[in-house]
Amino acid sequence: MSNQTKHTGFFASLENSPSTNEFIKGLWRENPVFVQVLGMCPVLAVSNTAENALAMGLATAFVLLMSNILVSTLRNFIPKQVRIASYILIIATFVTMVDYLIQAISVDLHKALGAFISLIVVNCLILGRAEAFASKNTIGKSMLDALGMGFGFTFALFCLGAVREILGNGSFFGIPFFPENFQEWVVMILPAGGFFTLAMWLLIFNAAKNKG
Amino acid sequence: MANTTTEASSFKMLQSMVGIGLFCALMIVLTFQGTLPRIEKLKAEALEKAIFKVIPGMVTKKTFQIGENNTLTEVSTVPKGARVVYAGYDENGKLKGVAIEASGMGFADVLRILYGYDPEQQAVVGFYVLESKETPGLGDKIEKDDNFLANFEALDVALAEDLTSVKNTVVTVKSGQKKNAWEVDGITGATISSRAIGNILGTSTQEMVPMIFKNKEVFEK
Repeated sequence: MSNQTKHTGFFASLENSPSTNEFIKGLWRENPVFVQVLGMCPVLAVSNTAENALAMGLATAFVLLMSNILVSTLRNFIPKQVRIASYILIIATFVTMVDYLIQAISVDLHKALGAFISLIVVNCLILGRAEAFASKNTIGKSMLDALGMGFGFTFALFCLGAVREILGNGSFFGIPFFPENFQEWVVMILPAGGFFTLAMWLLIFNAAKNKG
Repeated sequence: MANTTTEASSFKMLQSMVGIGLFCALMIVLTFQGTLPRIEKLKAEALEKAIFKVIPGMVTKKTFQIGENNTLTEVSTVPKGARVVYAGYDENGKLKGVAIEASGMGFADVLRILYGYDPEQQAVVGFYVLESKETPGLGDKIEKDDNFLANFEALDVALAEDLTSVKNTVVTVKSGQKKNAWEVDGITGATISSRAIGNILGTSTQEMVPMIFKNKEVFEK
């Protein structure tokens, strides 16, 4: 493997494993939200309902996948002095495309995600994977890495969104979840609720990891 | 990495940046062109749905452009930047109401609303929020709260005797203190947002309602 330091131990253990590990690691062992704690802005801001969280997660996963593929394809063509600028250019392009695509899918969804779609550009998860992984690995591996990380991110966002919508809005995917006289915990929908929920999930996740 | 050992020349850097830039520009233009018709269709559909929501009982729609000196002319397509109102008719071609767009500052950002005015009842008969960034769970109750939306089933905007202004300007009062037909019952927990709606409606009806009432015959042709 190459001269990377961060993943040395991990890759050493992968030497004889199937490439599915490239995919699995993003879902669990190196989950971008619960383990790496990357990309907190959309995690806290757009996880107020399950639907918004899922849409945001999938949009980010798409951008991650496409930018990883392109960065990996061009990894021998981009001089290292201009690599960050090139990555940002590539990421921004796919984010702009996603912005148009979401508008074409549903006006309401675009209204709900609002400014956060454009902010995918500066999500450090995407630039992080481009710099740390895609620029050093083959296209196939980069795709698997992006899929794993993207779905791991979506999964984490969905965990937060589901809890916040159920408690804060009394519904799940817009369908009422509790009997009519349930008093919603409005704080869960507000920014503070994002921090509470994230802390709770980190607690559960780390407890499960320490046991296992 | 393949190129860490050799210093890349300026030409190579320029080549890669320009190359990627051109490719990206092409991708964006293609996506924009590809999705434009569908985005415009969806936006038009959303507006159409809103118009039907604010004028109860309407079946067909006509669009009227507001020209200089407040003259109204029917148009089939909306010219760019033109101010328009939408008239709704029932199956017998009778005017059911006029949908008017208005906007103003809310709590978080500009609120854009659409409301229906019925010249026969001289009242606002429907209300819909087109664009809002109000706080979820609090300010966005202006879109969902049933008690608040009930304000706009028959909100009095009757004209004064000289027909140039609305007699009682629409105003938001504290929750539960609505006494007159022109008052909007506010929402606890969405004080600023519900007050903003009252102000937007007050300003817009003062301007638009006398003009529409004066031109009532234009709609009925």
